[in-house]
Amino acid sequence: MGIRYQVRRATNAVMAAVTLVCTVVVLVPLFLILGFLARMGLSALNWDFFTQLPGAAGEPGGGMANAIVGTLVLVALAAAIGIPVGVLGGTYLSEYRASRLSTAARFTADVMNGIPSIVMGLFAYVLLVLPMRRFSALAGGVALGVMLIPTVMRTTEEIVRLVPQSVREASLALGIPQWKTMVRVVMPTAAAGIVTGIMVGVARVAGETAPLLFTAFGNRFWSRDLLQPIAALPLQIFAYAISPFEDWHRQAWAGALVLVALVLLVNVAARYAAGRQVKLH
Amino acid sequence: MVRHVKRAMLVALAVVIAGAALPAGAQGLTLNGAGATFPFPLYSKWSQVYAAEKGVQVNYQSIGSGGGIRQFIARTVDFGASDGPMTDEQIAQAGGRVLHVPMVAGAVVPVYNLAGIGPVLNFTPDVLADIFLGKITRWNDPRLARINPGVPLPAADIIVVHRSDGSGTTAIWVNYLSKVSAEWKARVGEGTSVNWPTGLGGRGNEGVAGLVRQTPSSLGYVELAYALTNRMTFGAVRNRAGQFVRATLSSTTKAMEGALKNIPEDYRVFFTNPDGRDVYPVAGFTWILIQGDQSDPAKGKALVEFLWWATHEGQKYAPTLLYAPLPKSLIGRIERTLKSVTIKGAPALP
Amino acid sequence: MVVAEHGAAAPPARTGDRPFQLLLAVMAAAVPVIIGAMLIALIAAAWPAIQRFGGAFFVTSTWDPVRHEFGVLPFVYGTLVSSALALVIAVPLGLGVAIYLSELVPGRLRAPIGFFVELLAAIPSVVIGLWGIFVLVPWVRGTLGPALRSAFGVLPLFSGPPLGIGMLTAGLILAVMIVPFIVAVSTEVMRAVPRAQREAALALGATGWETTRTAVLPYARSGIIGAIFLALARALGETMAVTMVIGNVPQIKASLFAPAYTIPAVIANEFTEATSDLYVAALIYAGLVLFVVTVIVNALARLLVSRVAAGPAQIRE
Repeated sequence: MGIRYQVRRATNAVMAAVTLVCTVVVLVPLFLILGFLARMGLSALNWDFFTQLPGAAGEPGGGMANAIVGTLVLVALAAAIGIPVGVLGGTYLSEYRASRLSTAARFTADVMNGIPSIVMGLFAYVLLVLPMRRFSALAGGVALGVMLIPTVMRTTEEIVRLVPQSVREASLALGIPQWKTMVRVVMPTAAAGIVTGIMVGVARVAGETAPLLFTAFGNRFWSRDLLQPIAALPLQIFAYAISPFEDWHRQAWAGALVLVALVLLVNVAARYAAGRQVKLH
Repeated sequence: MVRHVKRAMLVALAVVIAGAALPAGAQGLTLNGAGATFPFPLYSKWSQVYAAEKGVQVNYQSIGSGGGIRQFIARTVDFGASDGPMTDEQIAQAGGRVLHVPMVAGAVVPVYNLAGIGPVLNFTPDVLADIFLGKITRWNDPRLARINPGVPLPAADIIVVHRSDGSGTTAIWVNYLSKVSAEWKARVGEGTSVNWPTGLGGRGNEGVAGLVRQTPSSLGYVELAYALTNRMTFGAVRNRAGQFVRATLSSTTKAMEGALKNIPEDYRVFFTNPDGRDVYPVAGFTWILIQGDQSDPAKGKALVEFLWWATHEGQKYAPTLLYAPLPKSLIGRIERTLKSVTIKGAPALP
Repeated sequence: MVVAEHGAAAPPARTGDRPFQLLLAVMAAAVPVIIGAMLIALIAAAWPAIQRFGGAFFVTSTWDPVRHEFGVLPFVYGTLVSSALALVIAVPLGLGVAIYLSELVPGRLRAPIGFFVELLAAIPSVVIGLWGIFVLVPWVRGTLGPALRSAFGVLPLFSGPPLGIGMLTAGLILAVMIVPFIVAVSTEVMRAVPRAQREAALALGATGWETTRTAVLPYARSGIIGAIFLALARALGETMAVTMVIGNVPQIKASLFAPAYTIPAVIANEFTEATSDLYVAALIYAGLVLFVVTVIVNALARLLVSRVAAGPAQIRE
């Protein structure tokens, strides 16, 4: 076959090995971190943790029940804002790629992804907390939702773009209106990828502390409604982690484990729901 | 696809409604407060005990002293909390009649990481200032050796660690340095954040403690509670009476007593470097900020009653959590202050 | 209309088309609108500092809250260098993983491995920061730092003692945080490349790697670049994890071992405690500068990409 072919084969083998090495390298920090969390926090995960309100400093007991529920509520609110705007906006960006609105939206979405989360929180603070004179779950949800939009929008755009043109044309050729083609053919095809983008965005947003400091504020007790301060796992984790108490540190790590597990669960559920679509290539 | 999206939306809605409709514990009053991170453990304890005893929920979040002041000014919280007193401009911004009510005090200690050094190191005010100014750079500097006779100080660079975030702990530390070093006062000054001449910045007391624990040959400052719970080595500081004193709860309380005659009517003072024997010179109050004239009868009453409880029964929880309780002489003055709080003109307390 | 791009006659508009298009457009417009509102709010809040310091803010290096002398240069430096370092580390790694996951991985392992990589994105930045302090910093101080120093110590880039905290560690930790974005999006994009493309290359005798290189990557290029933008943005704006490991010293040093400071870190550290109005305004002005830096970086990157990305990416079935 000749030397050239040998070189090509060798390159192939080397590159395959390289990508495998990359994968291992990337997974190492993950397992280190999870291992670290488990080592430090597993001992604090007990029934109390999931059912009790936060206890006093330095004393054993107490839990993060309200923070767990609070995070779920905040993420739901964020999703309610971020997903519709992000997915629909991203679809527009991919279908009308060259329009001026698209260029502007794409550019500003990238910029928005780069705004420090604390600035997002301040934005929601000025918009909602100051006029209402109170901290609220609503403000927290808005801050997180606004952060979610650009991530979802850009990933949706890239995914929808890749739906083969033939699929769209087939649908239109059958007489299905443009809009229905989008909703019932194109987007379901892209569903799995869109969900990936949403999950990555939700994962990030669920773990953010800074935007919640001035919006959701945190709560040592149960919140009565959406217009009250609400507890959240990242806030609680942060407050405990920077305290001087061993017991609270362990609870902070446990809280981090629970947060990761929560995101995992939502991830699995969403994939299951979206993955039941036929891939068209 | 639409079906699944709809389903997902419904689930999200359900979670939101469920979360929102979750029944509260007691249908009692909630007081929201925000501010300093330093007293957070103690306030959390008070909050737990008070809710159990009196049914009033005190929700305190530690977003930092400055944050507490800002939220207090914006009236988004019922009370603020700060390790540093409000400035005149801030009080003017807040409007009304602002009261600073001292709750407990905390000591700030010099922590260091020197392996193999047995005895606790002594520091004098000028030596501390010059280390943080970057003028004394090695552990075996003659000035350090002089005040630590017989201690085998290494010929290593001192790696200074300070706070990167604005904090009351810093405010107390640099206030002390400004009082004892004219050069520090002129070159750097005081405040919750300063332009440090040298050193690394750690985030929060925990950050500084972490950095010092991990970096050999380092020196930083943290609240006493952090030094004790992290079992860190911290040095003794010479007070005005010439004694080298290590921070303890009692030497901190003594510092308050020593400074008593210099504590003004509104309690807005750093009582660092006071006179007196056995006092630890680097300590400060943590205050709760309230409006002297409350407009909401239910909340106003609850607030004043909580503060009364905090400065009386609440004090007994302080030592376990490593805070210095207020001396009796000061509590008397605070009682008068609390009695001056009014609700729409009428006194809040009977 | 989409179909019209291919020269076919546009189909008659159906009811439902226009409202839907409008809906999509409104959603897309939300982003520029929000950014516009933020910009206005930021400028308004930063105005006292803008008036006082003007352009000098960009080139001064002093940050003195007591004397009210503020200059943002060291923070801009720290932000740019730490983010660049993170990209340099994360992009090749991330692409490597994405290629593995989309082309090479045994079918059953794809979901679990992809899962785990995304899990990295789920870990709160505060937790990554704390792990950084307890694990990464000692490792850099004890292992990586000395190794780099002995190998490359002559370069100013690696001069000075590795303290553990500093620019290098910040770059590493940012890389850890942005890699999941690159992997997740790139994998999806590469998997969406039609099988026919790969088959065509293979039919021509290409090896696996050559197929990836010539058929998959060009097709997926736009998506991958989008992923990199996302990752870059994340790196520029990351706050908590960075402030815990970068040392928080506003200085400009050539060495990667030196401590540094970024704009998000200083805002997060000092905002809640900022006592005077000018101080707050200066911090917000710094936020505005970050905004501008992000815009410039994005614009430059887009320019670069548009020069490079014409061609195969536009070929569709």
